[in-house]
Amino acid sequence: MKIGVPKETHPGERRVATTPEVVADLMKLGFDVAVEHDAGALANFSDDAYRDAGCEVLETADALWDAADIIFKVRGPDDAETSRLRKDQTLISFIWPAQNPELLEALTSSGATVMAMDSVPRISRAQKMDALSSMANIAGYRAVVEAAQHFGRFFTGQITAAGKVPPAKVLVIGAGVAGLAAIGAAKSMGAIVRSFDTRPEVKEQVESMDAEFLMLDFDDEDGAGEGGYAKIMSDEFIKAEMALFAEQAKDVDIIITTALIPGKPAPRLITADMVASMKDGSVVVDLAAEQGGNCELTQADQVVVENGVSIIGYTDLPSRLATQSSQLYATNLRHLLTDLTPEKDGQIVVDMEDEAIRGATVCKDGETTWPPPAPKLSAAPPKAEPAPAPQPVVEKPSIFGPIIAMALGGLALLGLGAVAPESFMEDFTVFVLACFVGYMVIWNVTPALHTPLMSVTNAISSIIIIGALLQLSSTDTIIMWVAVATVGITAINIAGGFAVTRRMLEMFRK
Amino acid sequence: MINDGIVNVSYIIATILFILALGGLSNQETARRGNWYGIIGMTIALVATVLGDVERNFEYLIVALLVGGSVGLLLARRVQMTQMPELVAILHSLVGIAAVAVGFANFMGAGHDYAGAEKTIHDIETYIGILIGAVTFSGSVIAFGKLSGRIGGKPMLIPGRHWFNLGLLVGAIWFGYQFVVQSAGGAGIEPLIVMTVIALLFGIHMVMAIGGADMPVVVSMLNSYSGWAASATGFMLGNDLLIVTGALVGSSGAILSYIMCRAMNRKFFSVIAGGFGTGGGTVAAGGDEDGEVVPVEAHEVAGMLAGAKEVMIIPGYGMAVAQAQHIVYEITTALRKKGVNVRFGIHPVAGRMPGHMNVLLAEAKVPYDIVFEMDEVNDDFPDVDVSIVIGANDIVNPSAQEVPDSPIAGMPVLECWKGKTTIVLKRSMATGYAGVQNPLFFKENTRMLFGDAKDTLDAVFKAL
Repeated sequence: MKIGVPKETHPGERRVATTPEVVADLMKLGFDVAVEHDAGALANFSDDAYRDAGCEVLETADALWDAADIIFKVRGPDDAETSRLRKDQTLISFIWPAQNPELLEALTSSGATVMAMDSVPRISRAQKMDALSSMANIAGYRAVVEAAQHFGRFFTGQITAAGKVPPAKVLVIGAGVAGLAAIGAAKSMGAIVRSFDTRPEVKEQVESMDAEFLMLDFDDEDGAGEGGYAKIMSDEFIKAEMALFAEQAKDVDIIITTALIPGKPAPRLITADMVASMKDGSVVVDLAAEQGGNCELTQADQVVVENGVSIIGYTDLPSRLATQSSQLYATNLRHLLTDLTPEKDGQIVVDMEDEAIRGATVCKDGETTWPPPAPKLSAAPPKAEPAPAPQPVVEKPSIFGPIIAMALGGLALLGLGAVAPESFMEDFTVFVLACFVGYMVIWNVTPALHTPLMSVTNAISSIIIIGALLQLSSTDTIIMWVAVATVGITAINIAGGFAVTRRMLEMFRK
Repeated sequence: MINDGIVNVSYIIATILFILALGGLSNQETARRGNWYGIIGMTIALVATVLGDVERNFEYLIVALLVGGSVGLLLARRVQMTQMPELVAILHSLVGIAAVAVGFANFMGAGHDYAGAEKTIHDIETYIGILIGAVTFSGSVIAFGKLSGRIGGKPMLIPGRHWFNLGLLVGAIWFGYQFVVQSAGGAGIEPLIVMTVIALLFGIHMVMAIGGADMPVVVSMLNSYSGWAASATGFMLGNDLLIVTGALVGSSGAILSYIMCRAMNRKFFSVIAGGFGTGGGTVAAGGDEDGEVVPVEAHEVAGMLAGAKEVMIIPGYGMAVAQAQHIVYEITTALRKKGVNVRFGIHPVAGRMPGHMNVLLAEAKVPYDIVFEMDEVNDDFPDVDVSIVIGANDIVNPSAQEVPDSPIAGMPVLECWKGKTTIVLKRSMATGYAGVQNPLFFKENTRMLFGDAKDTLDAVFKAL
């Protein structure tokens, strides 16, 4: 089958749905690949690079749509593209079926199979095709870069001959994929980073990035909803949260907001008053601008300056890092296609039993298959599992046990002493003392030396050869021969044991 | 040729040297010296006994020593480090058979003039010496078979095995009584032989019932038995050197076994009683954790390693099987040259005998100051970028901490899942010796690299 990659038509879109590097992998799966002329130009992939990778380059979009069996796109199709879609074609791109019901309807009526990269379920297995995460990752990084562009100071603190520069303070609200990427980028530029999220389980992730997690002094209300996303919180919680933001706004230089609740307008977290309380030259980057913005003053796709604070509302942050995002997106698509072609023969099989594929497929054979049935597995552990702390089975030792044992042992020893001959008791004394010496000597052995220790004790235990030596002079022939054999056997052990210990110890070196 | 006084002094010197040998072996710096102490002590004891107590048959003695010694040296030179557990096990069996032989010879040559309580005690000593020797012998042979793969590693559990053991014990005691009674009348060889057979059976049954994961405990336990056998023989012969040395070896082996058991959070007795993972039938407890694993290719692993700052390598028995320690070392050197901090995390019961992994890594010339014990590195995992688990399973199983009714619950494990990424090298998705599913493989930050450890690591090394 032939994969076609048209040039994106949406104004300002710089990404492309495949890269020359990924084309090689697609061809290994048995597919032919065609790209439209200049499809990757804005993401710095030239037609020649595609040709070198084995791609066909077609001059016009019409030619491409005609030739292709599978269409790879980034943005959902526009009206012209939807009308070009044929029944036998498969389209894979972002669709956002919830936000674009008309588009979904039009696609369904075309009869084609359409897979939405935004609808890939959030299960562990489907992570490799989770384009939302890869795009969010880029958006988070780019948000910091944009903030740096509009921020008039260094991120990192420095002490120079020209004076001391304090480090910038960054607050990241919402520690999802984008938030964590932003934390990482800001941290590596040297800023002091704090983060807030309604889901307490991300605290560990935030702290693993070396950022400070801001806690609300609030009865632990868990903000984790279905599929690892956040949910709407109670009024009191929001009040406490707003107080925290108001206080932080006075202190920090940069606020990056990434708070989204699926299927709902973005929550208003940063009010105009908070912006007004920020220092001049501060920056707010609102990653939720497309859904209405987390900041009251955000205007989608624009940078506005209010009270000396720049509020960045770009909605196309991944597209502003087109080479990188094309690469990751193309790889996500490739992974999806790998799952779609189990035989690696260039023929796709849309297996509706496969949870990941089922989730991504929004319409097929003229029927709408969105929304999919609820996923069976959640990316985050289900809430019902409070991860029982390992309970070390410490049985409280009864004080009587050892006492009784000791008393019995003592009685037994006394009994033994009463009847046993003196010679035995002498031997016995030596024996008990030797046991204790062995205990004292061995107790602190380095675990690394257990094996050499065992082989040396093994060699030493062949001291039993002494027994055979004592019998060697016997006049009884049988006993003599048994003794000779025993000497031979134990000699193996002595020589072998010491030699192998030596060999092992020679190898241990610093 | 020399008088008893000199022999006894030599024995005291030999004893002291043996104690020093064991003491020396507990530390890397003094270990080599310790081994020499052992060799010198053994030589002194041998020479003193030969000169003091052997009156004739020197030609046989020399031939036996030469033949045995050269066989031993040959074995020691030939053995591959991965086969160390087998070698140690089979050497233990030699001590066991020697104890049996000495005991029988002593009984048959009963030219001693013991009487009354002394006679009884002497007979009991003989009896116990042979008993322990026989158990050591058959147990070690079975352990050898299991370790070398000649016998399947799964625990063999016969129904009512505890009753069976109890029966054997009662039988051994009863025949012991018979032996003492008959021996007083000058006979008694039959009960002794029957008891030996019972002891051999017991040794076989005991080790057969122990699963492969518990083999380190078994090996050190047999080590301990061989010491007790020597000690019992010493009682029988009235020889203090044998008593002391046997007791030293016996107690050190027992302590090693105890340390091993503690490392696995197992009760010593339950290991001996055998049947790992069968108690309560909760093997399937981890089974609902089934999920998808994320396989990776060797070149991707190489990329992750090259991009990491902190790498932790966790070797297991699989590394020994695949003989992968040398390529592991080469990867380690290559990464360290690039400034990656590579360390090794060793679980106390990794492999099939105590310290198995350390020996293998030492053989591959991995410097021992980058090889760490579990407790030393477990807290560092959150800072580790990539952990590589080579052919290990149960020792990195999070269910030990997370699933309270898991058969391995409470066993300390290497917490590699707390690191950023874990790469697990494995031949297949089979479970470890404990038969417990490992949720680590399904964690989000775990990647699986399937194949023979040596081949895949070769590929990783090339890609580096």
